[in-house]
Amino acid sequence: MAKTKNNTLKLDFKMEYAPAPESKSSAKINSKYDLFINGKFEKPDSKKYFDAINPATEEKISTVAEANNNDVNKAVKAARNAYEKVWSKMPAKERAKYIFRIARMIQERARELAIIETMDGGKPIRESRDIDVPLAANHFFYYAGWADKLQYAFPNKKIESLGVAGQIIPWNFPLLMAAWKIAPALATGNTVVLKPAETTPLTALKLAEIIQESDLPPGVVNIITGAGATGAAIVNHPDINKIAFTGSTDVGKIIQRATAGTNKKVTLELGGKAANIIFDDAPLDQAVEGVINGIFFNQGHVCCAGSRLFVQESVYKIVLQKLKDRLETLIVADPLDKNTDIGAINSKQQMDNIHKYLKIGLAEGAEIYQTHCNLPKKGFFMKPTLFTNVAQSSRIVQEEIFGPVLTIQTFRTDDEVIEKANNTPYGLSAGVWTDKGSKIFNLTTKMRAGVIWANTFNKFDPTSPFGGYKESGFGREGGLHGLSAYLK
Amino acid sequence: MTRIAVLKTYKIYIGGQFPRTESGRYYTPFNKTGKPLANMCLSSRKDFREAVVAARNAFGGWSARAAFNRGQILYRIAEMLEGRKAQFIDELLQQGATKEQAENEVNISIDRLVYYAGWCDKYQQLFSAVNPVASSHFNFSVPEPTGVVSIIAPQQTSLLGLVSVIAPVIAGGNTCVVLASESKPLCAITFAEVINSSDVPGGVVNVLTGKVAELAKYFADHMDVNATIFCENDIDTKKLIQDKSALNVKRVFFYDDVKWNVADAENPYFILDTQEIKTTWHPIENIGGAKAGY
Repeated sequence: MAKTKNNTLKLDFKMEYAPAPESKSSAKINSKYDLFINGKFEKPDSKKYFDAINPATEEKISTVAEANNNDVNKAVKAARNAYEKVWSKMPAKERAKYIFRIARMIQERARELAIIETMDGGKPIRESRDIDVPLAANHFFYYAGWADKLQYAFPNKKIESLGVAGQIIPWNFPLLMAAWKIAPALATGNTVVLKPAETTPLTALKLAEIIQESDLPPGVVNIITGAGATGAAIVNHPDINKIAFTGSTDVGKIIQRATAGTNKKVTLELGGKAANIIFDDAPLDQAVEGVINGIFFNQGHVCCAGSRLFVQESVYKIVLQKLKDRLETLIVADPLDKNTDIGAINSKQQMDNIHKYLKIGLAEGAEIYQTHCNLPKKGFFMKPTLFTNVAQSSRIVQEEIFGPVLTIQTFRTDDEVIEKANNTPYGLSAGVWTDKGSKIFNLTTKMRAGVIWANTFNKFDPTSPFGGYKESGFGREGGLHGLSAYLK
Repeated sequence: MTRIAVLKTYKIYIGGQFPRTESGRYYTPFNKTGKPLANMCLSSRKDFREAVVAARNAFGGWSARAAFNRGQILYRIAEMLEGRKAQFIDELLQQGATKEQAENEVNISIDRLVYYAGWCDKYQQLFSAVNPVASSHFNFSVPEPTGVVSIIAPQQTSLLGLVSVIAPVIAGGNTCVVLASESKPLCAITFAEVINSSDVPGGVVNVLTGKVAELAKYFADHMDVNATIFCENDIDTKKLIQDKSALNVKRVFFYDDVKWNVADAENPYFILDTQEIKTTWHPIENIGGAKAGY
């Protein structure tokens, strides 16, 4: 065969995007937030407050109350009272209308919520604007409609709500996770005490304002802020009937242990280490785009991130080159800029943790590739990173890094990659890229994971159940299946 | 001279074989009148671990069977049990049941197997969904078996409780390791013989006899077990099981308020307990302008 010219797309010319920052002016952030208990913002019994930091600038943007045991107790009492006197007695149709109302009010204030989400957590405004906030609104809208139709979801089963739900959510999708927790709980007739993560409390507190404006009966939703100790007080509270937790597998195990011997119903949405598998017949450009989205979406702070790439040996070289080329074009910059692809790492602590794994990877003999982009001088930023020459047993292959770090392995046969992909204690998600339908179904049925993306990745929808196998947790959120987490 | 009866040696059931416990230990349950029932294997942690290995090995094949085929095999178990009714009634009598109770228990057990045999290729349709996502994707959710399930069978019945907890677990494509009723263990091992002759692949159901107090911890803390079922209202053991299950985020189910001899002790939600919901996404090409007509 005649030698063909290398026609790989080269982007080695310098072309800068002009800044396109989103204005902060339409976002109102108070200088201080109290605890949202029984329909009112109340000063914490602890008298303590902690700072909310913008991870892209390291500037303080607000201070937030820290709930202690007494505060948690107050919130649970309010939720219990609201459950017994109001919410469990309200006709389901009326319950639904409140939830619809919340959905609409989130839509109305979408822009403000998106800006605050980005300022508080560091995610690119494009993501908070196009993904987090609309999905959060849609989640309320979806579950609102279920409230008066529950009997159709569970034939021949008595429908009974649980009572008071304690909900603890992570910092990677703050508003969206609040929606995932609150919406189904309310639709099924439960009341809620929710704690957002300590590094990202602001959009949950804005949601508290929305809930207040919506005239939802006081105490039906209580939102209290704090760190691990506040979470523990919720988990251990004797008058809570249900714990819903999204976060790390380590903490999930602690919660499972802490609730042993109680009658609390528990659902856990925990960590992951998803395999993303490219077969040689896949449309490679699409696959590369999907892999990039799979691991660098939200700085890789995604429990279902496609953090382990498996490439069929025959296309390894070309896929690796395409990945490197694409990596170089990613814009790591101010999250409020609409051109930014990769924003700020959520916190100093998380950045240190990711750096720890980079060192581990190098010590294990892996080869590192990072982009040549310049990082902003202030704030917590990291270069998107690839690791090649890794082993199945490498810690960077086995452990969840929760950052913009992708490990790349190769395989020859379908059976080999199925074995390797499933060889992890996790089982949250997986991705498969191939043009062959029957191969897709072979792979998707054999992956031991709760969400499988075929020729796509990191897609979410309120109608689509989400949750893990194995140590990625139990219970589903979203869709019809998400209802059972909040029913007896 | 009257004929001397041949007594039965009760062994345990692991990977389709009937070994004695590796520990060489035994215990002797008694009936109400103080008569020894048999020398039963006092199974050890190692027996349990070997049973888990057998169950894990059997999982791939059993879960990949056609649902229809699993249904046929469960029905076959019912047929075999029907054919050996007299033996089970006899064992139940030995363990203190009245004739009427014994017959009733065996009949319900057989019917329960038939009930779950019928579910094998139906619960998927009931618990699946095609999800109308707002983007251009085809998205569906289906139940899949969770894996290896450890079960401590109901302690008050010898056969019915055991059948009622095994059937939904294996109907759903899981494999299991079951600890029989400690005080009434006879039917469990005889039921293992029924399973052994019913085309159920070795390792799908493994049956141990022994002490709940000794083995509960291991049933809950084994890292290669995906779910665990306990049926007694014993607060300390429940707490122990939940606590140990956290080691690998095991799914824990307590069936302590179920009366196994009534109608609602069988329903597809028992199958659903040991299922995982898997959701699959695929893009739908949306290029041309053509719309579906008519």
